[in-house]
Amino acid sequence: MEKASKANASITRDVTCPFCGILCDDLVIQNEQGSLKVLKNGCPKAVTSFESTVAVNEPKINGKSVALSDAIDAMCKILKKSHAPLIAGLGSDVAGIREIMNLADKTGAVIDHMHGNALIRNSLVLQDLGWITTSMTEIKNRADLIIFAGTDATNYPRFFERAIWNKHSMFKLKNEQREIVYIGDKLNTKSGVNPNGKKPSVLNCKADQIGEVISSLHALVTGATLDVSEVAGIKIKTLQELGEKMMAAKYGVIVWSTSDLDFPHAELTIQNFCEIVKYLTRTTRFAGFSLGGNDGATTANNVCAWQSGYPLRVNFNKGYPEYDAQRYSTQNVLKKKEVDSLLWISSFNSKVNSPRASIPTIVMATPDTKLNFTPDVFIPVATPGVDHTGQLFRTDSVVSLPLKQVRQSSYASVKSILKQVIERM
Amino acid sequence: MYIKLTNGIVYDPVHGINGEHRDIYINDGHITRKPSSNAKIDKTYDLKGKVIMAGAIDIHTHIGGGKVNIARMMLPEDHATDLVERTELTRSGCGYAAPSTLTAGYRYAEMGYTACFEPAMLPSNARQTHMEMADTPMVDKGAYAMLGSDDFFLRMLASKKDQAAISDYVGWTINATQAMGIKVVNPGGISAFKFNQRKLNLDEQNQYYGVSPRDIIKSLARAVTELGIPHPLHVHGCNLGVPGNLNTTLETIHAVEGMRMHLTHIQFHSYGTEGDKKFSSGAAEIAEAVNKNPNISIDVGQILFGQTVTASGDSMLQYAGHWHAHPKKWVIMDIECDAGCGVVPFKYRDKNFVNALQWAIGLEIFLLVDDPWRVFLTTDHPNGAPFTSYPHLIRLLMDKSFRNDMLSTINKEAAAASTLASIDREYSLYEIAIMTRAAPAKSLGLKNRGHLGSGAVADITVYSNNKDKEKMFSKPDYVFKNGELIVRNGKIIKVVNGATHTLRPEYDNSIEKSLKRYFDDFQTVSLSNFKIDDDEIIEHGNGKIIVQPCM
Repeated sequence: MEKASKANASITRDVTCPFCGILCDDLVIQNEQGSLKVLKNGCPKAVTSFESTVAVNEPKINGKSVALSDAIDAMCKILKKSHAPLIAGLGSDVAGIREIMNLADKTGAVIDHMHGNALIRNSLVLQDLGWITTSMTEIKNRADLIIFAGTDATNYPRFFERAIWNKHSMFKLKNEQREIVYIGDKLNTKSGVNPNGKKPSVLNCKADQIGEVISSLHALVTGATLDVSEVAGIKIKTLQELGEKMMAAKYGVIVWSTSDLDFPHAELTIQNFCEIVKYLTRTTRFAGFSLGGNDGATTANNVCAWQSGYPLRVNFNKGYPEYDAQRYSTQNVLKKKEVDSLLWISSFNSKVNSPRASIPTIVMATPDTKLNFTPDVFIPVATPGVDHTGQLFRTDSVVSLPLKQVRQSSYASVKSILKQVIERM
Repeated sequence: MYIKLTNGIVYDPVHGINGEHRDIYINDGHITRKPSSNAKIDKTYDLKGKVIMAGAIDIHTHIGGGKVNIARMMLPEDHATDLVERTELTRSGCGYAAPSTLTAGYRYAEMGYTACFEPAMLPSNARQTHMEMADTPMVDKGAYAMLGSDDFFLRMLASKKDQAAISDYVGWTINATQAMGIKVVNPGGISAFKFNQRKLNLDEQNQYYGVSPRDIIKSLARAVTELGIPHPLHVHGCNLGVPGNLNTTLETIHAVEGMRMHLTHIQFHSYGTEGDKKFSSGAAEIAEAVNKNPNISIDVGQILFGQTVTASGDSMLQYAGHWHAHPKKWVIMDIECDAGCGVVPFKYRDKNFVNALQWAIGLEIFLLVDDPWRVFLTTDHPNGAPFTSYPHLIRLLMDKSFRNDMLSTINKEAAAASTLASIDREYSLYEIAIMTRAAPAKSLGLKNRGHLGSGAVADITVYSNNKDKEKMFSKPDYVFKNGELIVRNGKIIKVVNGATHTLRPEYDNSIEKSLKRYFDDFQTVSLSNFKIDDDEIIEHGNGKIIVQPCM
């Protein structure tokens, strides 16, 4: 930290923003007597999240304030008694997830992330046929055709600024040489307008029809003729033109968002993206890029994979990890009563709510979280990258970044609380 | 506290001790001279008839980092038959080809290994590699940073920057990524693939930068030499797996003009094009070249039959090989204008001509290279086979009749095409101790590891001698890590963390000025966040850093 021009203020540079999956790490944050201000490079999401005042909250047992140590004891009691806990939410950093994994192993828990439904869409594709993917710096410097399939990336506010509309690129790729295409429904295509004013192409269709559009496109690029005049309301001629662009691209990218493709068996649509990418790679270079990873989702998936061997979702109940992406979802194990206690963890986002279940429930969440029920135990937790240092994975699942501490917090980290839980059990 | 290992038979090639009865004393985590007669010996192990070696060191094993984690995620079927239950001491996890980090650490220790080196740490993925290594318990770790297809280096080379500036960049990279060495994979080829080149020979140019693999290897080898990095440039050459690549490999040996170089998983680079199938063994020529050039060391990358997964930084040739994926799924990734990776599951079949000959080629190389100080035992885990097959591989090397029995079961044409049956050599325990302990430690510059002399760290493995060497090396009686007993009868009895070995070569830090501008303009992370702090390994990884000296 350095001294700011204002008295009693300090400024931290190169701050990694933990509030979305693309982890912009160029923020400049001022701390003036505990209140934070994003001085540079903050998107609205970052500004709201960093600048919100810290709510005053306390550990609680059945709604009554208690000392942290008592809350931890109560938590241990619940987990000790439980034969099959569910540890869910998993909104934490690498260190927090490491402790979660250790606790899950010790208690025989099921683990799932709050964005598990979105996460597994990719896992299922990876495990069925695999894929060719790329990372943000490659897009920034190479991609001459970028197709946004079913997403406009607005949940990742600086994606276009950081990965597409560049002042500089390694291989002298100019902005005007980049072509942006959207496929989908009700997409906000404003960010896709080239700084020189050129508008992106937009192919309108419903989200659950994108798969059909892409597989028709796939057929067309292989040279097949389709005996229809349009697919999902898009003219074959339009598709043919896009197919030609794709084959002519030097480095094309299909961008999707696991949370925006939210309909039954959306993994099949993602697989369509991945298969056309593979086909195009026979002659040119093409790659997929998945947006996601908010609330530490990519982090949880990675730590879970290296510690257990499996991506989420995993059940440790038999003493060894068992993987089942569908069966061990939070919704399913609660509905089927396969678990008898719930530990919910959310240390980034105050807006998400723990599921309400009729089993003993522990919530570890940001202090300003407003629950719609009173859990057996509530522990307010610090936010990684704001209240303490840490590490997070970016959405491309290959780059990870260090998180800085930009303010002092009276709240404990997920890691430190779970360490105590494990010691006391 | 003194521990005495008595009556054992010691194999300590660093001190020329070849199967002699020696007592070994441990104090404070280190091996010491015999203490004065009035010193109290707290614990004595009577090791009558047992074999004592230093803890084994794996110089090339893909245990951590992005590509390994992709392999884990992609292959739930790999783990399903090899699940590992938690115990009072150890965490749950799973094998097999892409095991969980915890299971990998336990299994290495249970095989008598005390240090493992991840050979392909992409600088842009280094943080994850360190996270995974930190979660690999029991053994010491370290990693080689991968350069040679990264844009910053290639543009320096293309613009004919001074070698001194390139060396500064290499030195900066080792410091920034907490590395133990430098590896180059398909030099320039990973980059070329992103420009849609599908092959790159030693003297072919990357079409964007106009530099060849030969230029890249020479420049990096020189940088490694100038920085005093103990381990020579670790080279995964051009044309991996391509029939006829034998010639590329021979030319690569000459390309370094006498500088030190380590050619990794050389088995995959030793193929000729003779015979009806246009696929033949180049082992004899390769071994001859290695024997003649004392600046060259190799590890073999032996293949063993069965299901595994190939995980490599070589996206270009992994893409080319994806047609052979088994099961039929695969991943290619382009990464940060820095590197790439390819993960392709594969099943080596003993009745398949090519696979059977690959098996024979690896063994021929082991047996035809004269100097065990320059050939290391690897399967390029998991690419040739999982590391858990090392005891089997050791038996193949030490037991000619076993080897010939195996040879008689493989594809007949491959067996006939191989000279293996005519090779009588059997490795001795002393030679095994060289290739799995003394030589890797020497090559990595680990002065107080890989031997049993006074001052060495007490990483020690004790085996019961057995005619069946696979049995012997599968299950050590005792393994000591830093003087602590961690394994008894092939089972973990104490869990320890192990440290991370790094280097801090000196370089001119003014290189950071151009790097800062470069990161600001072209990268999607900032320079300061690219670098890995000690604290990320120590505090976040609950680990320890050991800085090894440069030469």
